Amino acid sequence: MDSLDLDISLALRSFRLELALTVGRETYALVGPSGAGKTSVLRTVAGLVRPERGRIALDGRVLFDSTAGIDRQPEDRRVGFVFQEYALFPHMSVEQNVAYAGGTNVPEVLERFRIAHLAKARPGELSGGERQRVGLARALARKPDVLLLDEPLSALDTHTRANVRAELRSILDHLDLPVLLVTHDFQDAAALADRVAVLVEGRILQVGTAAALIAAPSDVFVASFTGANLLSGRALPGPDGLTQVTLADGNVVYSVDEMRGPVDVAFYPWEVSIARETPDDSALNHVRAPITSAVQIGNRVRIQVGALVAEVTTASVERLELEEGELVVATFKAAATRLVPRA
Amino acid sequence: MIRRRLFGIGLLVATGLALGFLLLPLVAIFLRVPPGDLVAQLGSDVAVDAIVVTLKTTLIAQALILVVGTPAAYFIASRSFRGRPFVITLVELPLVLPPAVAGIALLAAFGRLGLLGGTFDALGVSVSFTQTAVVLAVAYVASPFYIRLAIASFEALDSSLIDASRTLGAGPARTFLRIALPLAAKGLAAGAALSFARGIGEFGATIMFAGSLQGVTQTVSLAIYAQLDLDFDVALALGALLVLVSAAILLLVKLIPAWTRSTSTSASPFARFGSS
Repeated sequence: MDSLDLDISLALRSFRLELALTVGRETYALVGPSGAGKTSVLRTVAGLVRPERGRIALDGRVLFDSTAGIDRQPEDRRVGFVFQEYALFPHMSVEQNVAYAGGTNVPEVLERFRIAHLAKARPGELSGGERQRVGLARALARKPDVLLLDEPLSALDTHTRANVRAELRSILDHLDLPVLLVTHDFQDAAALADRVAVLVEGRILQVGTAAALIAAPSDVFVASFTGANLLSGRALPGPDGLTQVTLADGNVVYSVDEMRGPVDVAFYPWEVSIARETPDDSALNHVRAPITSAVQIGNRVRIQVGALVAEVTTASVERLELEEGELVVATFKAAATRLVPRA
Repeated sequence: MIRRRLFGIGLLVATGLALGFLLLPLVAIFLRVPPGDLVAQLGSDVAVDAIVVTLKTTLIAQALILVVGTPAAYFIASRSFRGRPFVITLVELPLVLPPAVAGIALLAAFGRLGLLGGTFDALGVSVSFTQTAVVLAVAYVASPFYIRLAIASFEALDSSLIDASRTLGAGPARTFLRIALPLAAKGLAAGAALSFARGIGEFGATIMFAGSLQGVTQTVSLAIYAQLDLDFDVALALGALLVLVSAAILLLVKLIPAWTRSTSTSASPFARFGSS
């Protein structure tokens, strides 16, 4: 019955961190903008910050309980913490860093994290990915009951990031531990975590699988955070059982969601295709606007068309010979268009 | 064009004057008497006694400063408590206090008729005009040099390293010994060197509180003053010795930051000398 149970309240600078969560043997990601209180949650679990009220338990072992007056010291909590910049001790070798945790079999740990060949190296000589492996090895060497990861990928450059992300995923998959990670990047959370909670100003807005958050964001913030396009408008019942939404700029789009009144229309950039002519299909939404920018990312191109973003293949951009400033039609299915109520 | 050249010449002359003024007296010490004679004078009873007293008292004072000052500086640097700026100001006060004031203050506190004099008397201990008094005077004026730099060095530590140590199972004491102390070592060494230099040159507080008894409380600085009328060459020889020691310490302090290359893994700097 390995699980981390947490229910805390703590005043931060401009808002109160107030949340409850349970992490089983899974990877649980807290995502949110910087300053949302994500790191403070990890620090309360590790005992580096004391909540004002609440309870934190690990496998039923109470780490903190304000009513019972329990507050265990960080060194007694059996918590593995990988800090944002890894916090490796610069005056110690990789081996000494891992041995500092007092684990029994340092060579085996070094072997497992593929850092045995770096045993004598100082942290200053390592690459970002290697530092992360050392940070993980050190945090796990003591066989903790929970692993905490603070922005595990933010210290890396974009080149190494994708590789390290895949590597981290496979390490986390083989751990039989509750893992709580925080990140400001929804893509990282989606790639690493079994469940994702969106934390904004100290409160969790929605919890679910990354796919569930993308499919049914409960809130405009969650929708925008997952990377969706958001256009505001007013919803009315339309033809063929669809909902008709008149956007602020006068364009009309349709959704299969049933809703009335002020709404935000949410759809993902990869659902949008670009054409020169308006297609004759009522199941398709189309918005006519000029291209304001186009950025190539690998084999895709992110195109800004008026207020929305489309992601299309490089090949289709070349075929259509699209240029900035050109008037195009962005189309996306009514079935891929989510409506989120607006307060 | 001419004006620009004049300005350049002006800068050069000012620099030359400043350097000449600062160096001339030091050079004069070495030029007045042949080097061989200087070394010979250091063998005189007065000089040997003074050097022994100075070494003994300064080393004891320095040990006290390190043993008490280091944990105190760590405490001040790592806690936020009410009145912290006040505490730091108190620590720095002896830096700007005239040495004569420090001397009279020490007499008022530890002298026979001072605040704690009665207590010491009852214990059969007399502090003033003993070697203990020299140690106290040196520690009093020199410790702020060390503590100030020690606080700055500990403050500059990356706090996530301290946090990491705790989550890895080390208590506060082990964290202090294995993480904070080695990482702040450069700054601590620089502070120790500066306070050592200040301690060796101590004059005003010592002469008031400890007097100038040859072989007991007469340090090198005090011996220079005492020998001024008796044997100018001995005074010069001792002066030359202090010039060399001071220069060596200064050089040491300048070299300390370059001793080890930076191996920081985090954005924040640590133990950088003079980062207060």
